[in-house]
Amino acid sequence: MSAPETYTGNRGLQMEEPLIFEANSAGLSGVDFPEADMTSDRLGGIKREGEIGLPGMAEPQVVRHYLRLSQKNYSIDAGFYPLGSCTMKHNPRLNEKMARLPGFAGLHPLQPETTTQGALELIDATAHWLATLTGLSGVAMSPAAGAHGELTGLMTIRAALEDRGDARKRVLVPESAHGTNPASAHACGYVVESIPANERGRVDFDALRSALDTDVAALMLTNPNTCGLFEDEIIEIAEAVHTAGAFFYCDGANFNAIVGRVRPGDLGIDCMHINLHKTFSTPHGGGGPGSGPVVLSKDLMPFAPVPYVVRDGDRFRLIEDEGGSDAKPFGRIKGFHGQFGVFVRALAYMMSLGSDGLKQVAEDAVLNANYLMASLEDVLSAPFAGPCMHEVLFDDRFLTDSGVSTLDFAKAMIDEGFHPMTMYFPLVVHGALLMEPTETESKAALDSFIGTVRSLAEKAKAGNVEHFHEAPRLTPRRRLDETAAARNPVLRWTPPVG
Amino acid sequence: MRYLPLTADDRRQMLAAIGVGSVDDLFCDVPKAGRLKSPIDLPNHAGEIEVETALSTMAAKNLPAGSAPSFLGGGIYRHFVPAAVDHLIQRGEFLTAYTPYQPEVSQGTLQYLFEFQTQVALLTGCDVANASMYDGATACAEAVIMAGRITKRKKAVMSGGLHPHYAGVTATSAEFLGIELVSADPDLAGEEDLSAMIDGDTACVVVQNPDFFGRVRDLSVLAEACHAQGALLVVVVTEIVSTGLIKSPGDMGADIVAGEGQSLGNALNFGGPTVGLMATRQKFVRQLPGRLVGQTTDVDGQRGFVLTLSTREQHIRRDKATSNICTNSGLCALAFTIHLTMLGEVGLRKMAELNHANAVRLADRLAEVAGVEVLNDTFFNEFTVRLSKPASGVVDTLAEKGVFAGVPVSRLLPGRKDAEVLLLMAVTELNSDNDMDRLIGELGEALR
Amino acid sequence: MADIKYTKEHEWVRIEGEIGTIGITDHAQEQLGDMVFIELPDVGKSVAQGDEAAVIESVKAASEVYAPVAGEVVEVNEALGDDPAKVNSDPMGEGWIFKIKIADPAQLEGLLDEAAYKEIAEGDA
Repeated sequence: MSAPETYTGNRGLQMEEPLIFEANSAGLSGVDFPEADMTSDRLGGIKREGEIGLPGMAEPQVVRHYLRLSQKNYSIDAGFYPLGSCTMKHNPRLNEKMARLPGFAGLHPLQPETTTQGALELIDATAHWLATLTGLSGVAMSPAAGAHGELTGLMTIRAALEDRGDARKRVLVPESAHGTNPASAHACGYVVESIPANERGRVDFDALRSALDTDVAALMLTNPNTCGLFEDEIIEIAEAVHTAGAFFYCDGANFNAIVGRVRPGDLGIDCMHINLHKTFSTPHGGGGPGSGPVVLSKDLMPFAPVPYVVRDGDRFRLIEDEGGSDAKPFGRIKGFHGQFGVFVRALAYMMSLGSDGLKQVAEDAVLNANYLMASLEDVLSAPFAGPCMHEVLFDDRFLTDSGVSTLDFAKAMIDEGFHPMTMYFPLVVHGALLMEPTETESKAALDSFIGTVRSLAEKAKAGNVEHFHEAPRLTPRRRLDETAAARNPVLRWTPPVG
Repeated sequence: MRYLPLTADDRRQMLAAIGVGSVDDLFCDVPKAGRLKSPIDLPNHAGEIEVETALSTMAAKNLPAGSAPSFLGGGIYRHFVPAAVDHLIQRGEFLTAYTPYQPEVSQGTLQYLFEFQTQVALLTGCDVANASMYDGATACAEAVIMAGRITKRKKAVMSGGLHPHYAGVTATSAEFLGIELVSADPDLAGEEDLSAMIDGDTACVVVQNPDFFGRVRDLSVLAEACHAQGALLVVVVTEIVSTGLIKSPGDMGADIVAGEGQSLGNALNFGGPTVGLMATRQKFVRQLPGRLVGQTTDVDGQRGFVLTLSTREQHIRRDKATSNICTNSGLCALAFTIHLTMLGEVGLRKMAELNHANAVRLADRLAEVAGVEVLNDTFFNEFTVRLSKPASGVVDTLAEKGVFAGVPVSRLLPGRKDAEVLLLMAVTELNSDNDMDRLIGELGEALR
Repeated sequence: MADIKYTKEHEWVRIEGEIGTIGITDHAQEQLGDMVFIELPDVGKSVAQGDEAAVIESVKAASEVYAPVAGEVVEVNEALGDDPAKVNSDPMGEGWIFKIKIADPAQLEGLLDEAAYKEIAEGDA
């Protein structure tokens, strides 16, 4: 029985909620303002005529609307969220409190520096933590997200190469890499060459060696990689990259596996972006905002973009343009100074965990993932031998001849109250299922997940295809027609004609 | 430690289930040379009390813009955000949700983004908008790249009235992608004529309205000049509240609008995170970077929303994507849309009128102050004044007296002698007559 | 009876005189899933053998369609604008994508015949 059984379409606490445009009370507002004196204006004759078309609502209706929408979302606060390489760990509420201190939230970026010394100190402190944890020289703090950090890192590398008269045209990217890697390389003007994985799930070093020549600007590697495995030949790889005169870029999305235990600088990495919204607990917010600072080697630091903070005795200064810099910044990649509100949250977290706590984070993250692997590898199919790092990869061989796809399996998990793991990524295995539990899950939560996955796997193998094809059944919406959405895109509400 | 739920017993049991003796065994793939022999030289863990004390101490070294009469603008604006907004965005289901890749359990996020897209399209007078970009400056750069893709041309004309950060970020992208930028000089006098700079190789003309100096103008003639040459008009809006009172870029002929949404829902946050806006014509929708939410139905025939046209994006198209962008500005977009929903048609109009009326009042009062000349004939809520002394020094002097007089133009256009005496002053609904009294008092004093 | 040749990238070309009609194979459409959008080449465009000529998008993937042989694009299947699903339902017939005037017929000899293509497709499944 699939149609709603109630008059309203609501089902108890699961409520239907129209678009704001469909609940318009024209003329109402949730904000009271005094009237403005508009007798004379300086608008140059281009005052807006006619209605914009925005709906009106009083505050109670606004609050109800968004509360009802919120109830349709899964979240880390609600349950286990094992998305691979996303590091869906708990978002501490202390972070939110600190970010909202008026001395932080209330600062305008263009106030005189004398009035923002504490903010510049915070940016410097956050950079210091990141540089120390990674063993690199300095940090470009301004990228707004991981992909933005990748682009910034590559731009820095390109600037460094051009400065030494050695402009090169290619960037090497493993097949298993996240799509942002080749997209960022392309956005930097590079041609991308793909390096295959070997049968152990690591980058094929022989193929890499053949591809490394004096036209390669950089290798972009994720470590641990997207199969959840540590690239154990990484030191030799770094040597080969440097011998070819190229730079070694690391995608730091998986830093949660090694933070506090391994420093990427010690492995020969020149440049790495860090996702503060992954490893350092800042909230994902339904898709952002993120922050992607890039740690840089000594050779790359001079080319870091503006703006950056420098310490001048006991004062902090912000270098905002190339003219104010002693170094050779390649330019600016973002408006203003970076994701300051995210830095506050990340620093609150780093100070809370500390050196000992962050090491424990990595250990518990890796322990949790290996516990999943050990508890599931007899019913699922793991393409590569363990141990894994902070995430575990399975493929869809366990579903062969069952009539159930990876997608179907994931949808069945939703009814069980779990957000599915990452599906169909990385592309190096068929029907991938990538699970990253993180360190903030209890053993009880892991056991509950394991038990459910085991039961579902058995059900699939037993041939109960309908259970999976019909899933999910219990969510506010069931499977949605993505083909229709893409064929005839409706990307906004439009007032009905007539 | 309070964020780590495993007990020593749990760890023992789990290691046993895995079949290893210690967690170190799980790190066996780390080469010996990479294994740390001693802890990293950073402080150990700290409780909430300690962390709060340390960070509060740092925060206390700053003077928030709101605690003093403040006329700061220059691309980030201080507005009043209703109390409900911050409460709602902190609901765990919004704060701690991920990108809505599983639409069945993300209809909350998807619906508010669909509403956001509609609101942005309405404000900008465009057909469609995306689900937000990092900020206005990167949205501007992406708009130029997008215009290049659409027209298959490699040149962009940049107005001298463009915010220097937006120009800078665009210049960076352009350099790395081989796009030629023809940049007009900073338009201090408000006299630039870009139509002479457009030719058959021009992909787009980028102009800001209100411009960096606060001036407002009708862009229809420029739009025609662009279209006559097969070029696109990109309009940048750094103060989105202005669309509540002045003609929308879409209505003036804009093909792509790149904007900053920080003014609605979002605190100043020292300039980040903010929320970039992008909108365009229906026919260009497949060239729009960033996320897009579309309407569809589920298997029961019920209306729902999904991320769509994803094949443009990095996770599928990889090096052929429209952009490398992965995140949008999620929670900042939510704050924007809630604030705008609270305002509604009537509220936004009133808010915009208050901004303008306050700015007019201050401009009229400043006309009476010796050593201050308001340069703008037109403005929304920000204008440029010429002072009888270098603006930077005056601003610093006033800051010591507890007044934020505005943004010295030289801060964003360094090295230009003619800009040294110029000051950008923004006035919003939060500026009271008392604020203006104090400003004028201190300004008069400083210019004596 | 028109001659049909195939490529390793899962395109087919039906040769009628000096005109080649090009599309993707049934195997390819099955792998890609429901088509949502086809980016057609401009009529009049010259393509070399192996050049990217069109892009077909499904919900979860986007794939280039390469020119099996060099030539000039003389016609494109506008009907795919309203109904991209034709590529799924009739990939060898109404789902054709574009037609070219073949510049160098000798290039056709390097392409696969039906039997050779079937082997590749089976190996790929």
